[in-house]
Amino acid sequence: MSDSHELSRRDFIKVTTGIVGGLIGAIVGLPSVYYLIDPALREGGKEAWIPIGKFEDMQIGTPYPFSFTRVQVNGWERTASSFGGYAIRKTDSPDELVILNSRCTHLGCTVNWDGKADAYICPCHDAKFSMEGEVLDGPPPRALESYGEHRITEDGTIEIFFKEG
Amino acid sequence: MWKNLYTWLDERFGLDDMYKNLLDRPEPKTSWWNTLGSASLFLFVLQGLTGIFLTVYYTPSPDHAYDSIQYIMEGVAFGWLIRGIHHWGATLMVLVVFIHMLRVFYTASFKYPRELTWLIGIGLFLATLGMGFTGYLLPWNQKSFWATTVGTQIAGTVPLIGDFILKALRGGPDLSALTLQRFFSAHIWMIPAVLAALIGIHLFLIIKHGESHWPKKED
Repeated sequence: MSDSHELSRRDFIKVTTGIVGGLIGAIVGLPSVYYLIDPALREGGKEAWIPIGKFEDMQIGTPYPFSFTRVQVNGWERTASSFGGYAIRKTDSPDELVILNSRCTHLGCTVNWDGKADAYICPCHDAKFSMEGEVLDGPPPRALESYGEHRITEDGTIEIFFKEG
Repeated sequence: MWKNLYTWLDERFGLDDMYKNLLDRPEPKTSWWNTLGSASLFLFVLQGLTGIFLTVYYTPSPDHAYDSIQYIMEGVAFGWLIRGIHHWGATLMVLVVFIHMLRVFYTASFKYPRELTWLIGIGLFLATLGMGFTGYLLPWNQKSFWATTVGTQIAGTVPLIGDFILKALRGGPDLSALTLQRFFSAHIWMIPAVLAALIGIHLFLIIKHGESHWPKKED
């Protein structure tokens, strides 16, 4: 090029192609990334109060087992997930119930109350938890989780607060 | 620093040579009609990319194919955009490839030494139609179901082996889950593999022989 300040025809084409191509790429590319990660950005968490049983049926000294199923819509399919736990009554006050989630804190298997062993036993790796969920033996890193909130209805049914995760 | 890195890569890859031979190769004086091959290649890549993205949510099963596409259109962010590009790009690709073929025919570019480029091009055109035919069934709606019923029935009219062709295409005497699954397989694996291989040879031949001259009056 005789005059270096002027853009040659070839360079102009190159630059224009680069800019237009980059624009088109960004206009289609960025939405594509959003499209891929969209399910991860969804606000989950429908909330519900779930009845788990009558307060009068819960015996002091014996964990009261309960389970319930929640149906979630994932994309084009409905998936049912099961949840379970134990209600431990200590006094006549429903406020002092401890309601444990029976999902083992190690790798997520379901623990079962074993009256003879006086412990919850996890079938997967022989973990043991005390009646109130403390780790007695085995690999779990922490105590069983508890359902934080619960309430009692007028007819004496205990309900727990459940938020889909 | 970048210059050193580039020199290092260039000495090993031969980037400058590649650029010169692939993108900066000499062209005869030519017209916009000669850009249709590149346009076809661009559409192939675009269809490939959007197609890959669609398989993230699409399910090739009669129970869920339709619902999964509804989900892509309404449930996922920009699903309508990805599917829209794939849908319209498919039609456009058939059109562009066909016009590209007409251009080559009318400018007599298929003659020596480019006969093989032309023959492979015909293969590419047929494979493109095959992509259109197999892709049309995948939404599993009324239109695609009956279009495939008719299309496979037409293939079944071939003398002697027609019935066999029909069953081979459908995976049985009727349009079923097997049909959808094998059309899906053909659409995302078999035909694209054939297309990619043929495109490779096609491009190699074009770079080897260069573009043909636009015919003059004397030709």
